Amino acid sequence: MKELKIFGIVAIFTLVLYWGVEPFAHSQMHKHVEGNGFVYDGKADIEEAKTAKKDEKAKAKEAFWANVAKVSKIKGDVAAGEAGFATCMGCHMEGGVNMGGVIPPVLDHAGALYSKNYLIALIKDPAMASNVDHKYADTMTHPMGSIKAMMADDQQIADVVAYLMAKKAGEVTTKEAFTEACSRCHAMRYAKTTQLGDTPTFKYEKDTLAHKIKVIDEQNLVKAYMGKLPPDLSIIIRARGHHFMETFVENPQSQLPGTSMPRVGLSHEGYEKVHAYMTEIGDPSKPAREELGPKVILFFIIFTGLAFLWKKSRWKGHY
Amino acid sequence: MAKSEQGRRDFMGMALGGFTALGGIGALYAMKRSWDPLPSVKAAGFTTVDLSGAQPNVLNVEKWRGKPIFVLKKSKDMKTDPRDVVVGSDHFHVSIGLCTHLGCIPAYKPAEHKFLCACHGGEFDASGHQIFGPPPSPLEIPPFKVDGTKLVLGEAGPEYKKMLDAGLTV
Amino acid sequence: MAHFEKANSIGEWLDQRLAVETLKKVMQTEYWIPKNINFLWAMGMVLAATFGILVVSGIFLLMYYKPDTNLAFDSVNYTIMSEVGYGWLWRHVHGVGASLVFLIIYIHMFTGIYYGSYKKGRELIWLSGMGLFVAFSAEAFSGYMLPWGQMSYWAGMVITNLFSGGSLEAYGLVEWIRGDYVPADAFLTRFFMLHVFLLPLVIIGLIVLHFGTLRIPHVNNQDGEEFDYAEAAELYKAGKVKESKVIPFSPVFLSKDVFVMGVYFILFFYLVFYHFEFAMDPVNFDPADGLKTPAHIYPEWYFLWSYEILRPFSKDLGLVAFAIAQVIFFMLPFLDRSPNVAPASRRGLFKYWFWAMLIDVIVLTFMGKLPPTDALFANIGLVSAILFFVLWIALPFITKIEKKL
Repeated sequence: MKELKIFGIVAIFTLVLYWGVEPFAHSQMHKHVEGNGFVYDGKADIEEAKTAKKDEKAKAKEAFWANVAKVSKIKGDVAAGEAGFATCMGCHMEGGVNMGGVIPPVLDHAGALYSKNYLIALIKDPAMASNVDHKYADTMTHPMGSIKAMMADDQQIADVVAYLMAKKAGEVTTKEAFTEACSRCHAMRYAKTTQLGDTPTFKYEKDTLAHKIKVIDEQNLVKAYMGKLPPDLSIIIRARGHHFMETFVENPQSQLPGTSMPRVGLSHEGYEKVHAYMTEIGDPSKPAREELGPKVILFFIIFTGLAFLWKKSRWKGHY
Repeated sequence: MAKSEQGRRDFMGMALGGFTALGGIGALYAMKRSWDPLPSVKAAGFTTVDLSGAQPNVLNVEKWRGKPIFVLKKSKDMKTDPRDVVVGSDHFHVSIGLCTHLGCIPAYKPAEHKFLCACHGGEFDASGHQIFGPPPSPLEIPPFKVDGTKLVLGEAGPEYKKMLDAGLTV
Repeated sequence: MAHFEKANSIGEWLDQRLAVETLKKVMQTEYWIPKNINFLWAMGMVLAATFGILVVSGIFLLMYYKPDTNLAFDSVNYTIMSEVGYGWLWRHVHGVGASLVFLIIYIHMFTGIYYGSYKKGRELIWLSGMGLFVAFSAEAFSGYMLPWGQMSYWAGMVITNLFSGGSLEAYGLVEWIRGDYVPADAFLTRFFMLHVFLLPLVIIGLIVLHFGTLRIPHVNNQDGEEFDYAEAAELYKAGKVKESKVIPFSPVFLSKDVFVMGVYFILFFYLVFYHFEFAMDPVNFDPADGLKTPAHIYPEWYFLWSYEILRPFSKDLGLVAFAIAQVIFFMLPFLDRSPNVAPASRRGLFKYWFWAMLIDVIVLTFMGKLPPTDALFANIGLVSAILFFVLWIALPFITKIEKKL
């Protein structure tokens, strides 16, 4: 049928146009980045250093991550770890104070959110573990750098991490996951949170303004530490897309080389929770969209069927 | 009437038209929902007032759903009333501070224990009953709930429901 | 005062006062359309329906949108997307609709070019249609500014910079257009006015004109055949519907129109619910930041062919080329020197001209999206842009020598 042929030609040109403007163009603009499945073994870090011909650095990183692998094999004692954890509590507590640019995150669910390997690496050398060692001449100057000296014993590290995995785990909500892993640096205005936590509602304008000033002061400290204020993540899930977010959170350097965002060491489950929260806040109409979509499309399929029958009835005898 | 050239009923056309109308109703429903007050507006429909710091015979004006709310702690020499909000041993007069005549905000006269509306001279006593002038009914009591020493405006607690049933407010 | 008899029905009552029966005949039951057409002839109605959907969804967005650089982004991405009942639906419908309307406009335009529906009495249909293309382009551009995302800001910056006229350095003009040194609040609010009020009025006026210009020449047909409408109409009214070369707009043409619209709406709503990133680019979900240009900025897809004509040339040459490209399509009825109204397949060299032009603008579209840093793509873009002008220069010559059909 002639009309079907014409429709075919129009459809093909439209699809080719779509292909060129979307999948093809975007593949040219953003090279595909492969993640590491939320396994923290330093593979990407070492490769990065080798590609940049920084052989000294590559060797240092290889040694570091091999050391981490060694510690991960040591059986940690939970009770001993609890005692060791007291060292951490000094900085990592609710209502904490800004230390060197950021308020140390709460560790209530660290065992459930972060990878065991990463936690070991973090205590060994926070800058190396989070892949921001390029910012420091001496990684001791990282805000958490002093932990290298305070907790140098491999058994002690294994104990503390075992304690975290056992006692600081359990059920964690999507909001808790985001709060603990991200919100010390990233505000989320659509969820009414800032780097200081949930924004309370005040009766008097003076109190509202006083809180705003506190937030601005904290943001200035984070900005000085990071180089620029980490972006508000309210709608980041629609601004970057799922694949980008996953590879970026796992290793920020892989998508934005030179960035000062640290790798936060989320495990696969931990990231799923954070991702779910970002979707809740940034794409809240998703469930409604998926619920209504099939119904509307079905309506128009029936509509088209009825329209076709009407057309046949009106055109009877015309050919 | 959708009739074809030959004068026969256009059944398919009517079927299509009817089905399309269903879709139209769906679209109209979505439009109606877009017109609804937003969740943030409805959430702001609750105000919590802390009564613990209230001074006797000193009127506190709170804001609830954009309206002024009178919260008056009665002093020991003031008459109690079935419309009072009782918190512990204290009696409060709580009402929407809009004159029931034409909606101006009456001023409180602490020396005379009464509200005087400047617009047309209406007067209410310290329990909100109209005592002089054009107001046709007492000051309205907003839905409220007593929560310890706090008053939650916008939520209909048991004390409020009792007042409604007894016809003490509308 | 004219004499009025008692009416026997509501229809008769209205007819006495508004001549509805005559209107019905003129606009519907005796508005004759050629029978020898295909589904492409329904694109006009599809455009009208899409415009209607854009207006309705626009109305509900307008209820909550705040035209203020501090409030705009969140009024769309928070209030409308998460607070307003079905706000997300209107936003998605409006965004997808704005993109699809251009797909249909281009199909409609190229259908007209293919069948020669722009000449021998139909010049004003073509010109008013091109006027609609320009008005829709301005409407789309002004609308894109409103969410005040990164793409809104930088598209606004780049496109208004064009008015500096290259070496003319008319920066004063650029500032006047913006109402400020950079795209800021004044810029946003004036484009809001254009998008919500002035341009829709212009579009409605042009649609009325476009319909008016159709009436006397009548719609074209697949063979470009000229025939006696009065004769065909009489045949039809006498009941000889098979022999007649025409059909009435309502209900016969309309019934096929509605079927085509149904197919279109299935695609439309599939995109609204499941596949909308082509219409709502992720870059625009970053709030506007005048101190940071995104790594990749590009116009919406329907402007890319035109953008690519600007890019490969030096500043002044590019501006001249761009300006010519905007108006050259208006010249089509006058550059085509052949009297033949026929499908391109029967018009000798014009057949090749048509497919070359279509493929050329598609290639220009691809290249317009890609970063200019890649040598291969930049060269393809340059060749395609030059080919565009070569084709237009060639048109009068190849149509002059076209054999008369």
